[in-house]
Amino acid sequence: MVKTLEDLAKIKDKAKATLSARSAEQSTKVVIGMGTCGIAAGAREVMAAILDELGKRNLAAVTVAQTGCVGLCDKEPLVEIIRSGKPKVMYGRINAERARRIVAQDIVNDQIIGEWVVGTKA
Amino acid sequence: MRLFRAHVLVCAGTNCSLKSNKAVQDRLVREVERRGLADEIKVVETGCFGLCEQGPTVVVYPEGVLYCRVTPDDVPELVEEHLLKGRRLDRLLYREEVPAAGAAVSAGPKAFQTVPEMNFFRGQVRIVLRNCGIIDPESIEEYIANGGYEALGKAITAMTPAAVVEEVKASGLRGRGGAGFPAGLKWEFAAKAKGDTKYIVCNADEGEPGTFKDRLILEGDPHAIIEGMALAAYAIGATQGYVYIRGEYGLSIDRLQKAINRAKEMKLLGRGIFGSKFDFDIEIRTGAGAYICGEETALFESLEGGRGEPRLKPPYPTDSGLFGKPTAINNVETLASVAQIIANGAKWYRGFGTERSPGTKVFTLTGDIVNEGLIEVPMGITLREIIFGIGGGVPNGRSFKMAQSGGTSGGCLPAALLDVPMDYDELAKAGAALGSGALLIMDDTHCIVDIARVFARFFMHESCGKCVPCREGTFRLHEFVENATKGKATPQDLQTVHALARTMALASLCPLGQAAPVPLLSTLQYFRDEYDQHINEKRCPTGTCRGLATPAKALSAAGKGA
Ligand SMILES: Cc1cc2nc3c(=O)[nH]c(=O)nc-3n(C[C@H](O)[C@H](O)[C@H](O)COP(=O)(O)O)c2cc1C
Repeated sequence: MVKTLEDLAKIKDKAKATLSARSAEQSTKVVIGMGTCGIAAGAREVMAAILDELGKRNLAAVTVAQTGCVGLCDKEPLVEIIRSGKPKVMYGRINAERARRIVAQDIVNDQIIGEWVVGTKA
Repeated sequence: MRLFRAHVLVCAGTNCSLKSNKAVQDRLVREVERRGLADEIKVVETGCFGLCEQGPTVVVYPEGVLYCRVTPDDVPELVEEHLLKGRRLDRLLYREEVPAAGAAVSAGPKAFQTVPEMNFFRGQVRIVLRNCGIIDPESIEEYIANGGYEALGKAITAMTPAAVVEEVKASGLRGRGGAGFPAGLKWEFAAKAKGDTKYIVCNADEGEPGTFKDRLILEGDPHAIIEGMALAAYAIGATQGYVYIRGEYGLSIDRLQKAINRAKEMKLLGRGIFGSKFDFDIEIRTGAGAYICGEETALFESLEGGRGEPRLKPPYPTDSGLFGKPTAINNVETLASVAQIIANGAKWYRGFGTERSPGTKVFTLTGDIVNEGLIEVPMGITLREIIFGIGGGVPNGRSFKMAQSGGTSGGCLPAALLDVPMDYDELAKAGAALGSGALLIMDDTHCIVDIARVFARFFMHESCGKCVPCREGTFRLHEFVENATKGKATPQDLQTVHALARTMALASLCPLGQAAPVPLLSTLQYFRDEYDQHINEKRCPTGTCRGLATPAKALSAAGKGA
C-alpha cells in the first residue's frame, strides 16, 4: 500500500536488492571456489551461508560468484574477496560459520581476518 | 531478503515465445533444482530483450552473459557449465561480425560474452526500454526498485497539473504513434478544454505491419504505461483512462491487466493516489484487428461500440473525443517516455536526439537484416548506423536495396539515402516518415514493383470504405501496380497514378487514404528505372514477377532459377 513517497521509498529499498544482482556495477565481489575439490570440502554450504548472511544484512551490492579449481585444493573451500582499488584477499579452509564471520568482519567492517588468509594479490 | 548469486533471465517476449522460450524456462527451473542450485540461482521471466532474431535469449547475471537460440536440450549443458562450473558455454554465445581495424572487411564473427560489449547494445540508448529484458514485468516491486512511480509521486505531491504539462512541453516529446504531434501541446489543449469529464486513451492498436514495439513495451514494462497514463490524466484533469489494445496481443493484455490489478492493490491507481484528491483508473478495451481502428477517431468509434470508421476533424479529440468529451490520445511509446521525463526533467531528455525531435525512438528491425528485433536509439542517428552498426548489416552476402521506414504508409529509402538522419523532419524531406518506427530492410533480390504491389494490396484491403477517394483510390493504385508486375501497365498509367495520388492526399477523410500512395510514390521516385523496365521492356530484373523476362544471371543469383 502506497500512500506517501516514503511508502514508495520503502518498497524500493526492499526490492532494490533483487535488481542490483542484474547490474555490472558492483563494488565488492565474493568469489567461491566451486571446483570438485571445493565442493567436496563443503563449498556449497559456504556459498549458502554467504548468500544468507548477505541477505540478512541487506548487502545487495555485493556480487557472489563462483570459480573453478585454482590449484590450491588442499586449502579448499576458498573464498576470495575482491574490492575495487584494494588488494584481493583469499581465505582458505572456510566453513559455513567462518563464511558468516567473513561477511561480518571483512565485507562489512573492512577488517581482514589474518589467521585464515592464504594469500593477497594487488 | 533472499539473495541469489546469479539471476538467469529468460526472454518471454512474444517473438521468443514463438520459439519455445517457455520450454527453455521450465527446463531451466528443473535443471537448477536437480543440481541443487535453487537457493543460489533465480530464474526470472522478463520482457523482450530486443534480439528477437537470436531468440530465445537467456542472460546470466551478474556477468551479463548472453546466450542465443537456446533450445530446451541446451539447458542441462548450460546449467552444468555456466551455473555449476562457472564456465561460459562458448557455442551459445552471441556472435557479431566485426570489421578488422582499419579494414572494410570483416575479421570473422567474434563471440561476444556480455551484453555491454555488443555492438547491438552499445549503439543504443534505452529510455523507454530501460526495464525491458531486465525486470520481471509481473512484479510491481521490481518496477519500483528501478525508480518506478517516483515520477507520479513527485508530480502529485510537488507539481501542479500545469507544471506537468509545461515539463512535457519543454521536453519536446513528440507523439510516437506516427504523426509526431507534440505531446505537451496536446495535453495543454485537453487541459484547457471545457468539461468536467475528460479521458486519457492509450493507443495500443499497433496495426502497422512490421511494427511490434508497443506490444513488446507493454509486455516488458506494463507499469511504465500505467504511470505515463496517470501522469497524463493528472496533467489534463482526467479520472478515467482506456487502453485500446488489439485483441491478438494476448500477452500484452494479460500483463497489463495484472499490472493494473497490482497498482490498484498498492493504491497507485484508484481513489486518492499518494494521499491526494487525484483519482484515476484504467480499463482495457480490445480491438478486432482492423488497421483503421488505430486512427484516433475510428478508435473512439470502436471503443464506444460503434463501427470503426474515422470522424471528420475538426472537432479535434482534445475538444471532443471519446464519448464526445475532451480526450488526450497517445501512443504506447509516447506514454512510456513520460515518467522518465518527469523524473529526470525536460533538460535531461533534450540531451538525447535532435533539436526538433528530442529523445529516443524505438524501432522494430525486420526483413533482410542480421539482428531482427527491437532497438532504441537517439533521434537523428543515421539509417546506416542502425542497419550496419546495431542491426549487423544485410545477411547472406547480399547488398542493401532499400529500407521502408514508418510502416506501410512510410516511404522507401534507397542506398543513396543511407545517411539521412532519422528524425521526423529529415525523413519527411526525403519523402518518407518516421511513423511507427518500423524499419523493413530489403536486399537486392527483391523486386520493387512487386513490393509496391504488396503495400497497395494492404491499403485496398484496409480502407474502411467510408470515403470515395480512399475506397476507390486504393483499389486503382493496386490495379496499376498489379498490372505493372504482369507487364500490362502503360506509361500513360503513370501519369494517371500521380494525379490520383494527389487527389487522394487532398480529398481522403483520414490519413489512411491520404498516405496510401506514399510507398508507391517513393518507390517511383527512387526506383523509377525498375518501373520503366517493367512497363516499357516487360522485364523484371530480379525474376520475381513471373511471366516477365528476366536476365538468367539474376535468376541464379536469387536462387529462383531452375
Ligand atoms: C490508418 C491509421 C492507423 C493508425 N494506427 C495507429 C496505431 O496503431 N497506433 C498509434 O499509436 N497510432 C496510430 N495512428 C495515429 C493515431 O491516429 C494518433 O495520431 C496517435 O495515436 C496519437 O498518439 P501520439 O501523439 O502519441 O503519437 C494511426 C493513424 C492512422 C491514420
